[in-house]
Amino acid sequence: MTENDSFAVLAVFLIPLGVSLLLMLIPSRERSLIIALTAVASLAMFAVSVYVFLSYDFGGEQFQGVKAWNYMSDVGLLGDEGIQLKVGVDGIAAAMVLLTGIVILPGTWVSWKIQDRLKDFFILLYILTAGVFGTFVMLDMFVWFLFYELALLPMYLLIGVWGSTRKEYGAMKLMMMLLAGSILIFTAIFAIYTEAGLGTFDLVDLYEVGFDEDFQKLYFPLIAIGCGILAAMFPFHSWSPDGHAAAPTAVSMLHAGVLMKLGAFGIIRLGFQMMPEGGEFWAPALVVLGITAALYGAISALRQDDLKLMTGFSSVSHMGYVILGLGTMNVIGWTGAVLQMFAHGIMTALFFLLIGAVYDQAHNRDIPNFSGMAKQMPIWTIFFVIASLASLGLPGLSGFIAEVHIFIGAFRSYPIVGGLAVLTAAITATYLLRMFAQAFFGEFNERWSGLKEITYAERAGATVLVAAILLLGLWPSPWVDRISTTIAATIPGVTL
Amino acid sequence: MTDLLGNDLNLQYELLGPEIALVITAALVLFADAFRRELKIGQSAIPAISILGLVVALLLSLLWIDENKDFARLVTIDNFTTFFRVLFIAVTVVVIIGSHEYIERRVSHLGEFYSLLLLSTVGAMLMAGARDLLTAYLAIEVMSFSLYILVSLAKSDTRSGEASLKYVLLGGVASAMLLYGLSFLYGVGGSTQYTEIAAALSDGTSTLELPLLLGLALIIAGLGFKASAVPFHMWTPDAYEGAPIPITAYLSATSKAATFALLLRWFAGPLLPAIDSWQWMISVLAVLTMVIGNLVALQQSNIKRLLAYSSIGQVGFMLMAIVTISDQTGSALLLHLSGYIITNLAVFMGVIAFYNRTGREEIVAFRGLAQTNPYLALVITAGLFSLAGMPLLAGFLTKFILFQSVVSGGYTWLVVTALLASTVSLYYYLQVIRQMYMYQPEGDASRWRLSPTGYLATGAMLVGVVWVGVYAAPFYTAADRAIAPLFT
Repeated sequence: MTENDSFAVLAVFLIPLGVSLLLMLIPSRERSLIIALTAVASLAMFAVSVYVFLSYDFGGEQFQGVKAWNYMSDVGLLGDEGIQLKVGVDGIAAAMVLLTGIVILPGTWVSWKIQDRLKDFFILLYILTAGVFGTFVMLDMFVWFLFYELALLPMYLLIGVWGSTRKEYGAMKLMMMLLAGSILIFTAIFAIYTEAGLGTFDLVDLYEVGFDEDFQKLYFPLIAIGCGILAAMFPFHSWSPDGHAAAPTAVSMLHAGVLMKLGAFGIIRLGFQMMPEGGEFWAPALVVLGITAALYGAISALRQDDLKLMTGFSSVSHMGYVILGLGTMNVIGWTGAVLQMFAHGIMTALFFLLIGAVYDQAHNRDIPNFSGMAKQMPIWTIFFVIASLASLGLPGLSGFIAEVHIFIGAFRSYPIVGGLAVLTAAITATYLLRMFAQAFFGEFNERWSGLKEITYAERAGATVLVAAILLLGLWPSPWVDRISTTIAATIPGVTL
Repeated sequence: MTDLLGNDLNLQYELLGPEIALVITAALVLFADAFRRELKIGQSAIPAISILGLVVALLLSLLWIDENKDFARLVTIDNFTTFFRVLFIAVTVVVIIGSHEYIERRVSHLGEFYSLLLLSTVGAMLMAGARDLLTAYLAIEVMSFSLYILVSLAKSDTRSGEASLKYVLLGGVASAMLLYGLSFLYGVGGSTQYTEIAAALSDGTSTLELPLLLGLALIIAGLGFKASAVPFHMWTPDAYEGAPIPITAYLSATSKAATFALLLRWFAGPLLPAIDSWQWMISVLAVLTMVIGNLVALQQSNIKRLLAYSSIGQVGFMLMAIVTISDQTGSALLLHLSGYIITNLAVFMGVIAFYNRTGREEIVAFRGLAQTNPYLALVITAGLFSLAGMPLLAGFLTKFILFQSVVSGGYTWLVVTALLASTVSLYYYLQVIRQMYMYQPEGDASRWRLSPTGYLATGAMLVGVVWVGVYAAPFYTAADRAIAPLFT
């Protein structure tokens, strides 16, 4: 990346923020203008995020496209550098930026069919997107956390106003649990700033401090749990299936696809990169929690009838892999964890897109109610099968690449856990195949003969996601190179 | 000129320019109201005169930036005083602009209303500037007495009289405690001058441990009442509910800020040497206030009572800064105080505009406001989210800085409690937001607009909330410069 590329990094969060401000000025009856504007915005975000990902040079420095603007300094408790608007990406962040850019594209497209208060929906959705992008690219702890919270805030209204199934309960539960997590992160941030005594929130400076080992052991769990709640880490996952079930389609997509990754990303940024020794100390705990979540989520998914709840628990299970991968403390496991964040993001977004497409017509998403859908909606079924195959880790699709890394990493560090992880993959296959048999094949239920095939916007969105699944599955090296070099170079505790 | 003890007295009256300007304006307002028919002026002339006077006072206070002088050893004019003068004048201006319609319709005794409002502002300004215990006490009383009456001025609302009576009686007890405490302090310190008390307490020769402790307890109880800290908060919800809404807004802003100005002056000045004796008292008070204030707020169904308890909770956060008092926490407190006042005024201006239209103040009355008046819903939502400390709004940044400075001061456990309480607070703020966005309006669902002054007041506050949230550097710098004279 060159110096000028920092403007691309800056643009990833300025575009959605600017568009949401712009939308506020447009009267809500101008539907076609709103749709046109968001279409342009989604393409622009996609293009910029692809550019950021591709231009990240994995042979170069860890943080690239770095640029800082002074925000507040030399006042009160702030020193020379104080709080800065400092942007920059490493390989992990670059991959996450790309993920967000990919998911927002279909996320925007499928939302156009919302009839009620479309403008307000997009304002909130794009504030959320800005928050997500901001968290991935910010290199100042204060601003980082500001964007992290900004990503959570619109969720309440997005679910509460546009959601379905117990939406108020889901929205409130999600909000309160995530904010409880924020308390822990807040506390750790305050402690880190005080302990470092540099008078700055600059992450790169703080990484070089080398905190006392006892301090790291004490505060690493705060970050791990605080961010872990957002990553649906067991046993703090219970908001996640309810929240997913209640959320409108695009919000589920962004939420499961991207927002949960913010949690895992936070564990890396503020946890491992800041406090590597604390991370090493607590890594076994992460392994235990990760594998528990993976098994527990998969077993719970076996029992769900509601498609969204099933996917929600499946997300808990897949995010368990991520936590497990981080706990292995070797480069392969870690690479797998980050790849899994990416792979799961795309695949879950596709799941929720497809479930939303059928729910909008049928107002029902209980698996036993459907049967033989392949006859009525063949294209929908094909997409769904691809998503499911990616989810159960079929070679050639994205999930396989990620999981295989995690399994190898786990076998290296904890062979028994590696075995359990493989078992989880088998359970995943079971619940997905059960759903196949019930919903897609078998005798067609005439009740659904009125259902139409998915719309062109949905087909286009699904195609983008499927392309990403195939690309990562067949040609993973652009991802693996960027991620593994960043990990190997910068997280001291992690070994090969 | 010298006083009886031979101290030189500086009688530069222009130092008190803003106060004098406001007192003259108050008198003019009364006069103009009494002779309104003879002078052939309309009702709106009275708020106009008040605002004019306030603007003059504002300009006069700006003359003393970066000066450090005292008037007759009674009032200090430094950046700290200037900061609060500007703050209080601004609050009064906003309250008048945002609520003159409300006042014309629902408040009896227009002239008295405005002139008392101005006088209470004078009291608040002198509370921030006093450098002598008796001056401070008199300033408190000037502010409080004006407020006792103002609370009772709501037309045809019996709750108003009840609220005022409660406020007067409890306020009287609190003043008595405060004065008694000050007499102990005088006994221990041998002077009413802040500087001399500080000197007497810090030379370590004093053997009067018990009287000092008693005095401190009484002073903290008295000021705790003024700041509505738990367990001295019982008057707050009633007074907030019964008072005319502009006065509720004013109580939650100026009266609170003035008390904190005084707390800062005293606990960073004369009482700083005795920090070991009072630190634990204030930290207990802070914990009780933030926990109970926020928990009780959960059960409220009236927006004014909800905001009363929420403001009690906020006081708990601010008290933390007094516990760990230093120039860092002091400037963080001033920053938070300004952010809090702007935010609170945004909410109150919104509530006033809503009340002007509907005449209702229950939380359920806000149903569907997002559809009947999306702008107003946005203002109130931004305000409530800011009170809860959500990003890009004032509350996030100012709370962050405040909490960070308290942690740096060594009181992590206090901040953890505050964070928990803060999360609870989001729950009840969301209850209001939920009504506005998630339900359909009841009854009249047509769109409506605010009056021009309503737009002006709410718009200015909305801009303020976002401005502090996005770029607080100027505010923080001002706060930092204001706190400096206290710690030199």
